[in-house]
Amino acid sequence: MVEPLKKPPKKNPQKRTVLPTLPPFARSRRALAFTAAAAEGRFVLQRCADCESVCYPAREICPKCWSPALRWDDMPDGGQMIAETTLRTSINTYFRERMPWRIGTVQLDAGPSVLAHIHGDVNERSRVRVIARTDKSGQGVMIALPEKETPNMADDRQLRTLTCDPKFRRVLITDGRTELGQAAAKAMVDAGASIIFVGIAESWRPYPGKEALGALPGVEILPLDITDTISVQELAGEIGGKTDILINTAEHVRPGASMERDGVVTARDEMEVNYFGLLRLIQAFGPGMRARGADGDNSACAWVNLLSVYALSNWSAYGTTSASQAAAYSLSQCLRAEMAGSGVKVVNILFGPLDESWRQPLPPPKVTPERLARTVAETLQQGIETVALGPVAEDVMRRFKEDPLVLERELSQIQLG
Amino acid sequence: MSIGDKRQRQAYDGIVVAAPVSVPYERYSPEPAHWWLARALSGLGSASGVSPSDVDGLCVSSFTLFPDTAVGLTQHFGLTPRWLDHIPTGGASGVIALRKAARAVQSGDAGIVACIAGDTNHVDSFRAMLTSFSRFSQDASYPYGSGGPNGSFALMTQDYMHQYGVQKKHFGKLCVAQRSNALHYPDALMKTPLTMEQYMSARQIADPIVLFDCVMPCAGAEAFLVMHEDQAKDMKLPFARILSTIERHNAYPDDPVQTRGGWSLDKDELWEQSGVTPADVSLLQTYDDYPVVIAMQFEDLGFCEKGDAGAFIAEHTFTFDGSFPHNTSGGQLSVGQAGAAGGYLGLVEAIRQLTGAAQQNAVADAEIAAVSGFGMINFDRGLCSAAAILARQE
Repeated sequence: MVEPLKKPPKKNPQKRTVLPTLPPFARSRRALAFTAAAAEGRFVLQRCADCESVCYPAREICPKCWSPALRWDDMPDGGQMIAETTLRTSINTYFRERMPWRIGTVQLDAGPSVLAHIHGDVNERSRVRVIARTDKSGQGVMIALPEKETPNMADDRQLRTLTCDPKFRRVLITDGRTELGQAAAKAMVDAGASIIFVGIAESWRPYPGKEALGALPGVEILPLDITDTISVQELAGEIGGKTDILINTAEHVRPGASMERDGVVTARDEMEVNYFGLLRLIQAFGPGMRARGADGDNSACAWVNLLSVYALSNWSAYGTTSASQAAAYSLSQCLRAEMAGSGVKVVNILFGPLDESWRQPLPPPKVTPERLARTVAETLQQGIETVALGPVAEDVMRRFKEDPLVLERELSQIQLG
Repeated sequence: MSIGDKRQRQAYDGIVVAAPVSVPYERYSPEPAHWWLARALSGLGSASGVSPSDVDGLCVSSFTLFPDTAVGLTQHFGLTPRWLDHIPTGGASGVIALRKAARAVQSGDAGIVACIAGDTNHVDSFRAMLTSFSRFSQDASYPYGSGGPNGSFALMTQDYMHQYGVQKKHFGKLCVAQRSNALHYPDALMKTPLTMEQYMSARQIADPIVLFDCVMPCAGAEAFLVMHEDQAKDMKLPFARILSTIERHNAYPDDPVQTRGGWSLDKDELWEQSGVTPADVSLLQTYDDYPVVIAMQFEDLGFCEKGDAGAFIAEHTFTFDGSFPHNTSGGQLSVGQAGAAGGYLGLVEAIRQLTGAAQQNAVADAEIAAVSGFGMINFDRGLCSAAAILARQE
């Protein structure tokens, strides 16, 4: 049985911070489809469209019938452990620092046998459930889990290298003034975060929910205005070295397309929060988090961006807001590349219309702030990097994957109301 | 409909191997692979009297030769061959080089083929090689703990022991015997005796594999010549005859874990073509990067039934003077694993034994040698298997 994770001790500031090392990063181009799906928490393998056989590792043609028509399909996650070993030496520094390390051969119900990491509660020759996740180098890997939930399952040290569990971690929520920010704080309390820093701009201005927010255990309210470079830098100076998870809940949303705007004032406000705000946060908090990717059980582990799904493709009903969200999404891709090497995951939650005042006229289905906040916690616990949340977002994401150019045409036909 | 070639394979009548050369191994070498291959080639010259203009066929195996291949070496080594090959099958490269060179000589495409294999071992070159060994290992095995071959063979060993009841003490007996052989082979890197007690209490590397199950990467080179027997007689070179060979790649791809190799697909043909039986074999050289592969070769080559390796090991002794002389120079486990030269080690040793060149570790009355190769852990298993039966000159 996995021992429950203990609360990490206070860090001795005189001790050197362990620098992040990485598991192997190199993959073939073909294998990146596995990584991209793993980042969504999906377990896919190549299936031949002609003979239906499933193959692994990633190939260019079906080894059974030579058909080039291999498609990446979601696979059943069941399997049987047939061999396992505990590695006690490794030529890779990352694994060497983490020895001993269990790996094994799993005969998948889907067909192939695969090499996988093994959760500590998996018994020899038992049935397992195989999930795919990105590892510290951002590449997709498999881990075999016990078929049924076990006590403290999430605390397994090999599984924890693939997840960003908020338990005992310190979280910054960048805007606590909104329902979303407050729900996120609550969700982090529920997930066992040790400290939840909540940023509030212009704290003299009252806001609903203030008292309840302040009363949450572990919540520390701090001044933060992400449209103000100095404010962001000052807060980073104070808590940048102990921010393990950053959740950017700030957003500036206004309905309207370009020609419905008079000048650029509103669009500039949107960019100021949605794009430059994110950029300021990255510049102030990014370097510290990047250096702390291997800093013990409460290492820096995740940067969470909450973005409208119209970041993927513009919806003119919120035309300029979509544009600023697209800029933020692009920047998040830049951030992911910059964080590679640190083990810090960049998580993008792309949500459908949020149930809040600036999106009031939109028809259902909508995503409540609580649901979005809960999803943040679950996504971190599961170690997933990309989520499309809510029926609208799922629909847009699906169309985006099918053909982004067609999606662009489709969105231009959807009118508000 | 099944499309297949039903023709009888040709024998290797009149084709011989000679001039076994081993360049003494070193744990680490600052020299490049070219240096090691060059020493092997000049060793062939010293052993046989051939000069650069005599050799019209060249066959090379090396992992660390980058950016060169066999082509660049022709100019480097002053050769103008009319037949050239570069064989990337690792532990099976010796036998595969032999059979390709033999056919080249038999058909007249070449007269004297120099087969050379060698690798260097810089301080970091083993890690560098594993990092980019193959696309499948890069995509699907290296990211899982980066245990390298230790990890892959640990899984095979675990499943093999479970399925066939072979025990740790059986593997130990093979390792101890090979160390004993190595103490009679001056160029072995392992120079101290190994006891069963030491083996049984050895440090775990990747359960159930222990320290003495693993080979030590090193630098080294091996070489031999292939030619017609008339040529060898002209040159007054002692030689060994090629009775038969087999080669197979990616056998049994649907076995979930490898517990058998391609030999078992081809062993009937191997023995049939050779005209001898396993009982006639005076010495066996297996590919021994881990003892589990030795046990598989005993079974899959037909020295015992599948699943009987444990009993076979219990019943025999494996030193050069034992009841079943095996890996008589100490094998890779005790001599060292010099990259692609590891695929030549057993073959070169067999040629030494059959041509009277073996010294303190000579097998008495060695008439027939079986040599087997196994190579390339591409993802989770060794893909290449090969074997050859050789006979003394007369």
